[in-house]
Amino acid sequence: MPFNDDKRAGLSRRTLLHAGAGLAGSMMLPVSLISPASASGDQPALGTWPAGSQGDTVYIGATVPRTGAYAVQGEDELKGMQLAVEHINEGNDLLKQIAPKIDKGVLGKKVALVVADSAAKPNNAVQSQQTFINDNKIIAMTGSTSSAVAVALNKFAQREKILYLVAISGSNDTTGKDCARYSFRQCVYGETCANAIGPVLVKNFGKGKKAAFMTPDYTYGHTVTKSVNDYLTSQGGWEMVTNQVSPLGTQDFSQYLTNIANSGAEFIVNVNWGRDAVLSVQQAKQFGLTPTMKMVIPYQIPFLAKEVGPDLTEGVFAATDFWWTMEDKYPLAKAFVDAFQKKYDYRPEWGAENAYMQFAIWARMVSEAGTFYPPDVIKQYEKGETFPSMVGDVKFRPEDHQLIRPVVIVRGKAAKDMKNPEDFWEVVEIVPGEGLMQKPDAFGCQLGDYT
Amino acid sequence: MINWANFLSQCFNGLVLGGLLALISSGLTIIYGTLGVLNLAHGAMFMLGGYAGWVAYDYTGSFLVALIAGSLFVMLVGVLMERLIIRYFYSRPQEDQILVTFGLGIVFVETVRFFFGSLSKTVPPPALFQGITNLGFMVYPTYRLASLGIVTAALLALYLVLYRTRLGMIVRAGIEDSVMVGSLGIDVYKVFMLVFGIGAMAAGFAGIVNAPVVSIAPDVGEAILVQTFVVVVIGGVGSFPGAVLGGLIAGEIISITSMFNPGYSYVMLFVAMTLVLVWRPYGLLGTAGRE
Repeated sequence: MPFNDDKRAGLSRRTLLHAGAGLAGSMMLPVSLISPASASGDQPALGTWPAGSQGDTVYIGATVPRTGAYAVQGEDELKGMQLAVEHINEGNDLLKQIAPKIDKGVLGKKVALVVADSAAKPNNAVQSQQTFINDNKIIAMTGSTSSAVAVALNKFAQREKILYLVAISGSNDTTGKDCARYSFRQCVYGETCANAIGPVLVKNFGKGKKAAFMTPDYTYGHTVTKSVNDYLTSQGGWEMVTNQVSPLGTQDFSQYLTNIANSGAEFIVNVNWGRDAVLSVQQAKQFGLTPTMKMVIPYQIPFLAKEVGPDLTEGVFAATDFWWTMEDKYPLAKAFVDAFQKKYDYRPEWGAENAYMQFAIWARMVSEAGTFYPPDVIKQYEKGETFPSMVGDVKFRPEDHQLIRPVVIVRGKAAKDMKNPEDFWEVVEIVPGEGLMQKPDAFGCQLGDYT
Repeated sequence: MINWANFLSQCFNGLVLGGLLALISSGLTIIYGTLGVLNLAHGAMFMLGGYAGWVAYDYTGSFLVALIAGSLFVMLVGVLMERLIIRYFYSRPQEDQILVTFGLGIVFVETVRFFFGSLSKTVPPPALFQGITNLGFMVYPTYRLASLGIVTAALLALYLVLYRTRLGMIVRAGIEDSVMVGSLGIDVYKVFMLVFGIGAMAAGFAGIVNAPVVSIAPDVGEAILVQTFVVVVIGGVGSFPGAVLGGLIAGEIISITSMFNPGYSYVMLFVAMTLVLVWRPYGLLGTAGRE
């Protein structure tokens, strides 16, 4: 033990006192220098605070997939973020309706986006965000199109004490067992989708059906499959006759489809996402499985209909966040779709809407809190205030940081019924959010500390 | 789930899957066997074949034209790549070759992404092969059946070129001892260029044959490259028959495992590779290296 060490024993009490005083003095100095903090002085440096918000511009780090199976969806998501940043900085009317206190920026600062390709891989995303923290002192992170990335960034955000605005993430775990104090989710997820689409399926197709599931092998796939299957078996008496689990990025689904062909299923519940979904839907048709078996997509995929064509999505039920024809019902949605289409020349899919809303909500929370100090911003989110969105009034649930919002059920239109080249889906139902969510602690959410 | 109908179906599906892997792998292994270059751009060539074929299809509406245009375009890319870049790397360390081909692969993928975006493109199968066929024990997409025939014909053609022509003889001799071939007055470097072109063409051809099955996107080559390497390692690096055998084994492992537990199909593929490496370090039909 060091206390019995000869050298230590040889030190005089006086030397120790001197050294101690010196140490204390030298430590006082930099602390007071690097953290001017707030007027009250009770906000010590935390994460990138206050360094990240001292210049004219605050940075948000976005890691979106620009390559790989989720690249198409990632690009759409990124465009939503870029439009939101533009709107925040110009004090756009649409954004002001969600965040009334913004004025050409947030708290007098311009917002800028720094972007990296995550390829939908957690490691890539975390490494890029670390670089952004070092180089740009980002004050918030965003991006994810895979829940595996969202869960990784949740943990990273909590450790680094930097806000994380979850982009696309459908896993129950993101605000369930892997939730974080520093993370907030806007979009719908497995459990809400299951509870919204389940009744529609039972009503339209009846009870006691046999379903084959197609599941991508990670947190999103497994939790969505479980939620949907739980609903259909308990409420509809459906039976899961097979569950075909494939790795993210599968190209040839023939072996899975061969199993489904031999399973006696009447329905294919396809939980695959992004390019995996495009390919599995196309190949199910090649194998002659659809339309003999009905396809259901519990968690809808942006651009799916555009890529596979309306012939393959006709009559397919899907649960989603947002579809552009909702502009007929919600004025904010109309303003958004118009602005987006003007800038990018196509109507936004829900990834873009989700990303835009996340930024708009963030701008609202920061401007309402009147500070970038993360714990204060988090507490603003946790007030659970109701605010307007593109799908009506919504609010955050303080217990797990999940937005309470409606789930939209759509059904694929036949090619002949499409009024324009992007009129792929008909909105069948907009299901209010309150009844769709599990109890806050049902999936084991334990938010971490503020500091 | 595990009944005879499903077992037969999966065996058959494994054959179709394996044929394609064999074709792509043969290109990789011919280039490595002859030139000693581990071409990490091979997956990108597979992707290029798909896109070139798609463009040709878009203009002509003919699958046959797409097939020919796709293959020739990638062969041309292969030849140019060899002439302009790869030949300066023959005498450099293997790490340099790996880096330069890997880099070229990224350039190809990003160029295609720049011009065509990430949305996937579809080439429909020729009218003759549309629909599904009832095989008795299963129904199967007709085009996949046809692709088995197309791939078999292509592999046969490659075999004939390699084993029944003068060019093939020189190539095989080059694999054994390129210095000796050169000293016999044969322009080894011209042969090398041709070999690189043929290897690339095999990938490009496979790319367009596969396009009606799996619609194309800039990243399609990435996943297939990994499987191709596993096939080559199982079959024996540098061995053409090895690539064919390895491809079939890989296809069957992926298909049959998925009957029991789909999540393990790729795991089992790597387990098989490991077992082969332990039992026969040079692969099933490989010989003890070219050095």
